[in-house]
Amino acid sequence: MKQQKKIVTIGGGIAGTEVSSILAGLGYEVTMLEKTNQTGGKLNQWNHLFPNGRDAGDITDFLRQKIAMQTFRVLKTTSVGGVTRRNGLFEINTNTGEALEANAVVISTGFDLFDATRKEEYGYSIYENVITSADLEEILRRGHPLATSRGTKPRRVAFIHCVGSRDEKSGHHHCSRVCCVTGVKQAIETAKQLPDAEIFCFYMDLRMFGLSYESLYREAQEKYNIQFIRGRLSEASENQDESLLIKAEDTLSGRPLKMNVDLMVLLVGMIPGKETSRMAELFGLEREPNGFLRIADPHLDRNRSSVKGVFLAGTCTGPMTVDETLEHARSAAIDIHHDLQGMNS
Amino acid sequence: MKHQAKARIWADYQKQIPDDRFYYLRSCIRQNLFPGSEQAFLRILRNELGKAIFDDPAHTTCAGIAYHSDLLPFETLQTIAARQFALMTGAGYQHAAVSCVTSFGIYSEILETWKEFPEEEAKARELLWKATGREFEVPKSVVHCSDIIYHFKDRIAARQKYFLRNRETGKPLNLVEHIGCHYSKMFPGKGVGGAEFSCVLSGMVEAWGGHVVDYPERRHCCGFGFRQYLIMANRGYPVSNSRKKFESMEPYRPDAIICNCPGCTMFLDKWQYVIGEMEGKTYGPERSGIPVLTYEELAGLVLGYDPWDLGLQMHQVDCEPLLQKMGVACDPSMKYKGVNGKNLGRPALPACFRVNKPEAASL
Repeated sequence: MKQQKKIVTIGGGIAGTEVSSILAGLGYEVTMLEKTNQTGGKLNQWNHLFPNGRDAGDITDFLRQKIAMQTFRVLKTTSVGGVTRRNGLFEINTNTGEALEANAVVISTGFDLFDATRKEEYGYSIYENVITSADLEEILRRGHPLATSRGTKPRRVAFIHCVGSRDEKSGHHHCSRVCCVTGVKQAIETAKQLPDAEIFCFYMDLRMFGLSYESLYREAQEKYNIQFIRGRLSEASENQDESLLIKAEDTLSGRPLKMNVDLMVLLVGMIPGKETSRMAELFGLEREPNGFLRIADPHLDRNRSSVKGVFLAGTCTGPMTVDETLEHARSAAIDIHHDLQGMNS
Repeated sequence: MKHQAKARIWADYQKQIPDDRFYYLRSCIRQNLFPGSEQAFLRILRNELGKAIFDDPAHTTCAGIAYHSDLLPFETLQTIAARQFALMTGAGYQHAAVSCVTSFGIYSEILETWKEFPEEEAKARELLWKATGREFEVPKSVVHCSDIIYHFKDRIAARQKYFLRNRETGKPLNLVEHIGCHYSKMFPGKGVGGAEFSCVLSGMVEAWGGHVVDYPERRHCCGFGFRQYLIMANRGYPVSNSRKKFESMEPYRPDAIICNCPGCTMFLDKWQYVIGEMEGKTYGPERSGIPVLTYEELAGLVLGYDPWDLGLQMHQVDCEPLLQKMGVACDPSMKYKGVNGKNLGRPALPACFRVNKPEAASL
């Protein structure tokens, strides 16, 4: 049923696309703004998803098919330049000179990955054989073999959990949630590609909250012989042969630990996106101390912001898995529909 | 290693270093261990750079040794610092130039404490007034003296007489740097280039023609923890720390070690002899050690100062191999002569690294 009301979705990642397609299906006139020239967000750079190893492209393809149905308008390379509000309507001016009216706005601007260079002691971008989980995903997605900077097969690989998460020093106290299981998934993928390699995961806690995550963790140990060491890395240094000397404390045995590894993977966390912060400024949205957008109620109103008419979907509110992001987007669509129909008091 | 990537980190840790009018706060141990360093610093600032620096005989130790040994409470420590600041205020200076890394850490810690807990500053003012009747202004800046040399490294380079290059091969000399832990590990923002890839010493070495080797244990402490080395029974711990560093830097064949901390310079210099005696192990070529220099000594050498005026004869590890590589002119017969040709005496062992172990003797 055709609705008279208009909605603007800001951010064309998986949350933005999902919420837009559902609202369009309900008959609203939806315009989705995407600042890059590609929808799908950071999932475009991912290879396989936990816990079942599914191709990330399945999800982006699924969402692109919805876009292809042309039930809503997608403006790529378009971002919000300014916002005014008049008689309950939002007027959104874009960088391309368009002025869009909206009865409701969805913020789905997502997250940024923690910049691993900020953890200077780990030497990312300085040492030759330090990469991030995103880099590893890109290597795997392109089908490149895992190799050291000198082209040799890594014999020992270390995964470092909680890089930029739960970390006073980097200013991010929150848990990024998805990195634990991402580390387990990537360690298994590495073990499959390098069956002779020793693989270590250095962790603080392993938060295997999702269904079957714990099984994946057990499988990593039992089937792939991945060794989990409870201890945060203190520093890494580069050896003469460009391998890495890493230092940590094994907090279970209570002993300091030093080892050489050929490749080190930093599991970088999710932090509030720059675009999310900009939207908070433009719309006057409240933020949590960790910088993510504040939801109206942690139990009952998970999609409403502190400003009436502005709704939130996905990781602009905090770290989420892909499935949680899609669910959050769907609940946002229902909430907006109820709101525009006057069903929410 | 992508050395150029370090520049991005350095850009984040640019500290303000004043240009002139310094109040000098000396180290309490350097004048005994490396007697020419502080004098060379004053000479460089005054004679080479034309800067005003006040060397006040009324100032004292910062008492960091006692503080870090748990012999002195923080209240006393900050009152001693307050007295230094009062002397500085009275002399009309606002920029403290601190010779010692421990002292630099102490003053930084106190000033940061006063920012977070103003009541502590009030307490220090009250205690100082009661004890001495003095008042003070908080310094506009507190910098380590290595910051100042770093700040003027290019002006020193412009007057350079000797380069950190092997005179015979023309290749840059390989130097390893060791930054004192209290320089920037406590407050990364107070160190030039931060804590992890500090460039205060590497910047000097590169400006003067040398090559800096980044070896795996570069960041590791030399072991100069007061509570360890003050107790003889604990000294194995400091030695093992230094040994770890020597083992790590040895494959890179460094021509010299450069330090900015009194304790580190002493340990890295003297422990080489101790390890030689204990294990028969030396880290330089042909049973020699690796020369260890303070940054002032290095600056003095490149400016052409006489090595014996710089006090290099007081080092445990002979510095002659480095002098020869650089082509520094010096008179060996003057090595153990003091001011006015006064005989200083000679070390009991003429060659510090003539190790007494039988297996080493056969080398």
